[in-house]
Amino acid sequence: MNLHEFQGKSILKQYGVTVPEGIVAFTADEAVSAAKMLTEKTGTNWWVVKAQIHAGGRGKGGGVKLAKSLDEVSDLSKKILGMMLVTPQTKSEGKKVNKVLIQQDVYYPGPTPTSEFYMSVMLDRAMAQNMILYSPRGGMDIEAVAEETPDQIFKEYIDPKTGLQAFQCRRIAFNLGLTGDAWKAMLGFVNSLYNAFVAIDASLFEINPVLKTSDNKILAVDCKVVVDNNALYRHPEIANMRDLDEEDPMEVEAGHFGLNFVKLDGNIGCMVNGAGLAMATMDMIKLYGGEPANFLDVGGTANAKRVEEAFRIILKDPNVKAILVNIFGGIVRCDRVAQGVVDAYNNIGEINVPIIVRLQGTNAVEGKKLIDDSGLKVHSAILLQEAAELVKQVIAN
Amino acid sequence: MSVLVNKHSKVLVQGFTGNEGTFHATQMIEYGTNVIGGVTPGKGGSTHLDKPVFNTVADAVSATQADVSVIFVPPPFAADAIMEAADAGIKVIVCITEGIPVKDMLTVKQYISGKDCILVGPNCPGVITPGEAKVGIMPGFIHNPGTIGIVSRSGTLTYEAVDQLTKAGLGQSTAIGIGGDPINGTSTKEAVKLLMEDPATTGIVMIGEIGGNMEAEAAYYIRDFGNKPVVSFIAGATAPKGRTMGHAGAIVGGKADTAEAKKEILRDCGIHVVDSPAEIGKKMAELMA
Repeated sequence: MNLHEFQGKSILKQYGVTVPEGIVAFTADEAVSAAKMLTEKTGTNWWVVKAQIHAGGRGKGGGVKLAKSLDEVSDLSKKILGMMLVTPQTKSEGKKVNKVLIQQDVYYPGPTPTSEFYMSVMLDRAMAQNMILYSPRGGMDIEAVAEETPDQIFKEYIDPKTGLQAFQCRRIAFNLGLTGDAWKAMLGFVNSLYNAFVAIDASLFEINPVLKTSDNKILAVDCKVVVDNNALYRHPEIANMRDLDEEDPMEVEAGHFGLNFVKLDGNIGCMVNGAGLAMATMDMIKLYGGEPANFLDVGGTANAKRVEEAFRIILKDPNVKAILVNIFGGIVRCDRVAQGVVDAYNNIGEINVPIIVRLQGTNAVEGKKLIDDSGLKVHSAILLQEAAELVKQVIAN
Repeated sequence: MSVLVNKHSKVLVQGFTGNEGTFHATQMIEYGTNVIGGVTPGKGGSTHLDKPVFNTVADAVSATQADVSVIFVPPPFAADAIMEAADAGIKVIVCITEGIPVKDMLTVKQYISGKDCILVGPNCPGVITPGEAKVGIMPGFIHNPGTIGIVSRSGTLTYEAVDQLTKAGLGQSTAIGIGGDPINGTSTKEAVKLLMEDPATTGIVMIGEIGGNMEAEAAYYIRDFGNKPVVSFIAGATAPKGRTMGHAGAIVGGKADTAEAKKEILRDCGIHVVDSPAEIGKKMAELMA
């Protein structure tokens, strides 16, 4: 599950990770009072107005602005709240901004120059260990850094038996080129960051930039936090942070019915049991001239109710020109799934796109017969190859 | 011969008396698997499906010499169940449970490393040696005894491949579902190696998907030590990128992460990669002809 920047920072703070002071605001008025409170608390006279959406690259799209007066806080908040923010990570139409984070400006002048670093914590699957990935080149696109200067990317693996050790924190601080108070502050920063990662069952922390301020503090100026969905049951406070406004409404609706659905941009809808077979079915659609309109795993049971809801969700997409149902009946019987398809078809009423139903496995022949005898405009198949050929025919028409 | 499980395996079911455990244990027994009993803490001493129920895996092992365990325990308790099985000396642990937190699996990996056991899964359909033992949730009837080994990260896609093989007249030695989680017990390479070293296996189907580098790792092993034909399909060529991980993930996985990149590595290593999932059986039949 993705968290907003302000949510991520509130969690990091609980674990002792230093972050800039900030307050979330839903209106320009709230933004101004937030700015005033931050001045009282920190003495800051400049503020950063940051759009809170689940996508990176917000600065590039104009969603992060520096305000040098309360009037500017108000004007910028008015501008950013409600805007459709387009970033390299959003769809072309962008994402609506419903809230902004008003944050103290931490790039204030002081005795030493500021510097920006990159730091992330994640699982290395192949090593079955967590690792801290970091670079002295922060504040920029880390993929570009990896491409241009791979020697500026460092990795620190953490032994799951013993956890992060002090010498590893020291090595990180040295590799980032720090000395004195900033070096010391970084030791605590890294340690707290890793503790937070483990404690909340995170699957990704990305802090870009980590800032060394002019007075040698270390701060997480931005953060991306992703939490392991499978572990949310033991973090109810984090589960409550889920923001449905940030998710595709069709995907949210599908979730209510136990369907695993991902919206795509193609023209052939599909409904499959099992994630691997679903991906394979999408690949096959493409191979035979179509483009998948979605990923949809109906799960192991694939009963009539689920099949009907899956049809309804797929049919909401106006781009869908045909639907391929691909069910491999193992434990689930194909004739039951076929009956589900027929019932769903009748309940929904008029379905104006061709439907191809491929049923294989237990009682596949009975299932096909049920579909063929139903009088519905449904093409049926048993072999995967036959279904592929039917997709091709439907696209050609 | 076969790998991991056979007609001599003494199979224990953890989470025996729950809905899932009951349903699938029944299916396994009907298939002819030698299910010797099950474990449900607190129900020891009773019987279920005419088999004894034990409080602990250790009790079950000392009473029955069970050497294989299949786990149907809910996600919050599944990691513990795996470790209990390893502690009791079970040699092959098959974990079906889907939804175990990654952090728990890191602990499990640490716990079982160095112990004399193999973990298959979690989040997998299990392992089947057709005609001998079905240890998992796969439909038994689509399988036929034979000489093709299967390794897969997926459930229904494996059934699809098995079905195509059976229809092409090719039976299976052992089908191993290694599971779809980011951290799992047996890797693709380890499963391929078992089949490569199995004299009764003459060809291998390797089914992979996007994410991680397990297929690439297996491919390099096959290039260097392979002695039988391998057919492979990699699912997810059309899957949207970055849905589960952000920027940082893209760096770590590097080139080996996408379906296309994996296929290229596999082809370079001499593996017969099919682009359509409908051609897995056909391709293997050509190679076996």
